Amino acid sequence: MSFYLIAWAIVLSAASGLPLLFLKRRGRAARAGQLAGTGILVIACVAGFVGAASALFEPASVSYILPWPSVGDGLLGLDPLSAFFLVLIFFVAPLSSVYSLGYAQAGRNPRTSRRMQLFFGLLVAGMSLLVIARHALVFLLGWETMALSAYFLIASEDEKLENRRAGFVYLVATHCGTLALFGMFALWRMATGSFELSPVSSMEGGALCGIVLLSLFGFGVKAGLMPLHFWLPGAHAAAPSHVSALLSGVMLKMGVYGIIRMLGLLPVLPVFWGVLVLALGIVSGILGVAYALAQHDLKRLLAYHSVENIGIILMGLGTALLGRAWGRSDIVALAMGGCLLHIWNHGLFKSLLFFGAGSVLRATGTRQIDKLGGLIKSMPWTAAFFALGAVAICGLPPLNGFISELLIYLGIFGGLSQSGTLAALTSLAAPCLAMIGALAVACFVKATSATFLGSARAPEAGRGREASASMLLPMGVLAAACAAIGFAPGLVASALDAAVGSWNGKHALALPGIATLAPLNYIGYAGIALVSAAALISLAIALRRPRRRRELGQSGICRSGPTWDCGYAAPTGRMQYTASSFARGLVGMFSWALKPSPEPTKLHGAYPAPVVLETEVVDGVLGRVIGPCARVLGALSRRARRFQQGLTQQYVLYILLALVVLLLTLIPAGGLSGLAAAK
Amino acid sequence: MMPDLINALLVVVLALNLFALGNSRIQSVVHIVAVQGALLGVIMLLMHEHLTLPVVLSAIAAVGIKGIVIPVIMIRSLRAADIKREVEPFIGFLPSILLGAIVTAVALLFAPGLSSSGPSSPVGNAVYLVIPASIATVLVGFIILVSRYKAISQVLGYLVLENGIYIFGMLLIEAIPLVVEMGMLLDLFVAIFVISIITNHINQAFSSMDTRRLASLKE
Amino acid sequence: MLIIHLVILLALPPLLLGVIGKTKAVFAGRRGPPLLQAYRDIAKLLRKALVISETTSWIFQAAPAVTLVAVFLAGLLVPFGPSPAPLAFSGDMILFAYLFGLSRFFTTAAALDTGSAFEGMGSAREATFACLTEPALFLVFIALAKETGSLSLTKMLRSGSLLFDAAAAPPLVLVCIGLFIVLLSENSRIPVDDPCTHLELTMIHEAMILDHSGPLLGLIEYSASMKLLVLESVLVTLALPFGSGVAAIDSCIFVAETLVLAMAIGVVESVMARLRMRRVPYLLTGALLLCGSGFILIVR
Repeated sequence: MSFYLIAWAIVLSAASGLPLLFLKRRGRAARAGQLAGTGILVIACVAGFVGAASALFEPASVSYILPWPSVGDGLLGLDPLSAFFLVLIFFVAPLSSVYSLGYAQAGRNPRTSRRMQLFFGLLVAGMSLLVIARHALVFLLGWETMALSAYFLIASEDEKLENRRAGFVYLVATHCGTLALFGMFALWRMATGSFELSPVSSMEGGALCGIVLLSLFGFGVKAGLMPLHFWLPGAHAAAPSHVSALLSGVMLKMGVYGIIRMLGLLPVLPVFWGVLVLALGIVSGILGVAYALAQHDLKRLLAYHSVENIGIILMGLGTALLGRAWGRSDIVALAMGGCLLHIWNHGLFKSLLFFGAGSVLRATGTRQIDKLGGLIKSMPWTAAFFALGAVAICGLPPLNGFISELLIYLGIFGGLSQSGTLAALTSLAAPCLAMIGALAVACFVKATSATFLGSARAPEAGRGREASASMLLPMGVLAAACAAIGFAPGLVASALDAAVGSWNGKHALALPGIATLAPLNYIGYAGIALVSAAALISLAIALRRPRRRRELGQSGICRSGPTWDCGYAAPTGRMQYTASSFARGLVGMFSWALKPSPEPTKLHGAYPAPVVLETEVVDGVLGRVIGPCARVLGALSRRARRFQQGLTQQYVLYILLALVVLLLTLIPAGGLSGLAAAK
Repeated sequence: MMPDLINALLVVVLALNLFALGNSRIQSVVHIVAVQGALLGVIMLLMHEHLTLPVVLSAIAAVGIKGIVIPVIMIRSLRAADIKREVEPFIGFLPSILLGAIVTAVALLFAPGLSSSGPSSPVGNAVYLVIPASIATVLVGFIILVSRYKAISQVLGYLVLENGIYIFGMLLIEAIPLVVEMGMLLDLFVAIFVISIITNHINQAFSSMDTRRLASLKE
Repeated sequence: MLIIHLVILLALPPLLLGVIGKTKAVFAGRRGPPLLQAYRDIAKLLRKALVISETTSWIFQAAPAVTLVAVFLAGLLVPFGPSPAPLAFSGDMILFAYLFGLSRFFTTAAALDTGSAFEGMGSAREATFACLTEPALFLVFIALAKETGSLSLTKMLRSGSLLFDAAAAPPLVLVCIGLFIVLLSENSRIPVDDPCTHLELTMIHEAMILDHSGPLLGLIEYSASMKLLVLESVLVTLALPFGSGVAAIDSCIFVAETLVLAMAIGVVESVMARLRMRRVPYLLTGALLLCGSGFILIVR
């Protein structure tokens, strides 16, 4: 039953772009078409959500045959792990579509609205298909549908050069990843004898190594692991905001799903692989948030933050692999539970933040943080939701980010009770995670405060106006979900148990329930207590009434005035700390990795002329590795152009030379003897 | 007697190659190539032991198209473009002849070695000049194609090339069915037709037949 | 016992500020403010009128309350002396550290909310230094967890006899020194920050609270002193685990120990000058490395 719901959901969401395709581009017909398409998508996703949620609690996994003669019948399957990811897809996608009703109205964007609606539906369908695929080729079908639809969505506003460039970089990156996946599936076929993705109990070392490395590379490109993340910032900044939300919140997780699925199908890996995945996670986490700190563009900042969160997810996965290698079921349950919960959480709060950034972009027309400020007064709800998302993404109690990070911490700390120096050293991941958390706090204080708090730094910020209801509603739903998971984490514990159990499969480790291992109820109560107490105290102060009228001679108990700021008489918006100045100290601390452009410090003369300061941090992998390689290749190719003059005779000459060479090779020794005989 | 006659005619073909290389008047080169094509049609007629009607018809078609129709088309387009002479080619006329002679000599020298490693037929063993003549003609056709500048001359080089391949086909005379031969002829006819139209267009676009001008279309 | 714990948590903190002030005054040859002056100051502030900047929003008014509640909850997680903490569960140290993170988020956001350059500067510095003290704190926790095998603060800190055990002492001494530096940094004491200055070059915490007034400022001062008590209690319970078995006497011993530590902080503040702002990351990295070395020594 749940499978049929999901299958219908896939088909309907793929078809959701069709109404707008056949209607006019402008006017009310376009609005109606967009509304119809969104409606179909929402219905499809609600059905899919119901199906996935019920499949999450069915103990056994089911499989279905997809008739596909040329590959020998594709196989589809539904188990709690797939259902876990389907829940995420079917929750975020309709919210994103509802958001687009306000953000990218079809009547106002005649050029791009049709393709956005069409490819959005195809993206959702592709992602759902690959999650339920159990045959390598069905998986690749879904994967490529997802990747290509994402390309068209990213490059939809292609009148700007930077968007075209970002789309191109994304296309190159995703094709490299898919190539690695082809290699991996070929190895899989060689090692197991069939294309079906079912668990194997043993595999010889070389093939195992190859499969793990290729899947880390291929899926890592899609997930945004460092150093394969280079396409992420450009692509997520160039895409329209509702698409960015879906890409960052859900599509990256499809890469993670691939890694998790493949690692779950393989036999128990030695400790080395767990340490490798953990190390990759730490590097992605720390460098991702360091790059995020250095960004001026709000959406690029959020994109780099996704890299960091993928790093955290991989830290959880690496710890779970270590737990499997050590035979510690509690570590597996906690770390994998944290990893999966962080996947859900990140999907929720990253989408929320991207929706907020989209509202800001729509209202003010700019993404540059250093030009914004004070928007909380004109966009109070957007600011409140964005602040909530910021608190959640930093992993602070009482919201959901803290729960998943807590589970990952507990998993890492489980390694302390394992004997051996290596086991103890892996718990050094905990201070790294703490540093990531502190850096994330710095980054999001910078982003939230520079955008919404303070006063306007440039005229653009004065144009803020509150977002429309169709944009606020998805944000509200996501914020409520974040708060719900944060205040009542016991709700998700059973879902996590089911998903982790199905991932662990038949590896004979009976996993204890997460609720028994982690103090989720305590955390929930503490969160509720925290929020209520803080609210009570603030209200008590705000609603004070004077006991005696003559108290200290003033007219009211609460006055307002300009910022005191140690007595400056005329503060302006430009005197505030900008986001770049806020992050300057940390960017300096990480300058060995970020290599920011040097700041000019010299002012000449007694009355120096005005100086312009511009700082820039280029993405390390794209700007310093891939860029130079591409330029070298281009230079070499230009030199090869000398062979192409455009003269037909030259080309015929090449044919002639080839013919002569071939003829010469045909002269065997007998020919020379024939020459002697002819004489 | 037959093989000797055919050998002698093939020697004439080789000589015609050298004439085509050295001539700067395009109209004479057209005539030379036409004679060469007609001669080859006659040779093909002589090669067959039994003269059946299809064979005779194909020989007449070959002589007609290669000897009469194609030259007429080309001379017409020459007149439309008003060209008389070829410009000094890349290699130069005299060096072209020398090169052609060297190529012919090399082909004659190394032919026995090539034929021992290829298909052997009683015809080929008797008419020993077939293989060297075909290789030499093909290479001479290439030389004309590569070294001439005017489009019409390149077409003539292409025709010589086709002749060379046709000579080689004589080896497989039992194997080539009539349909294939007809197809080759049709191919040739259509190619020349199209190329003549194109050279006209080139002339109109660039006011000259010099194909070096086409390089400006690059990129 | 819960009552004693609550009484100490709520009533003791301003006394610590008084002790520190008195110690510094003795070193400077002055008489200094009375020991109970901080209580009077906070009470006065709570009665005063409030001046709110027009640039600010609800975050500015919510931040002091959030800080207070977060620090109070953290205080419930820490054992005061040999008696267990009111809230103890496996993994509560993570909640402990992240509650401080929550208070830092809101304080820095509220500072930036005023739209002034001073507050921005203070928040930038606070956020930067926190990236070094958080890992140090976690290194302390994993060292203690490895040593004691427990993930709850109550059990980790109370096995204090370890400090006087010859084999386990050296790494724990390193850990304690690192923890002391973290204590100075988190509570904005010299050599990291100067709590008595209003010069731009020397402010971190003081810069962030420039625009708070009245009850909001009172809450902030009170929660700062409570944070001092909570972090002191971590160090005191670990380093000076003297106990007698009777709850009341243990609490008195604990209070005395915190006052002694407050005096030590006062001594440090009097004999050292504030570090140049560019040198502070080096100090904090040194604390990080000390804690890390302690951990490695334990693991080896």
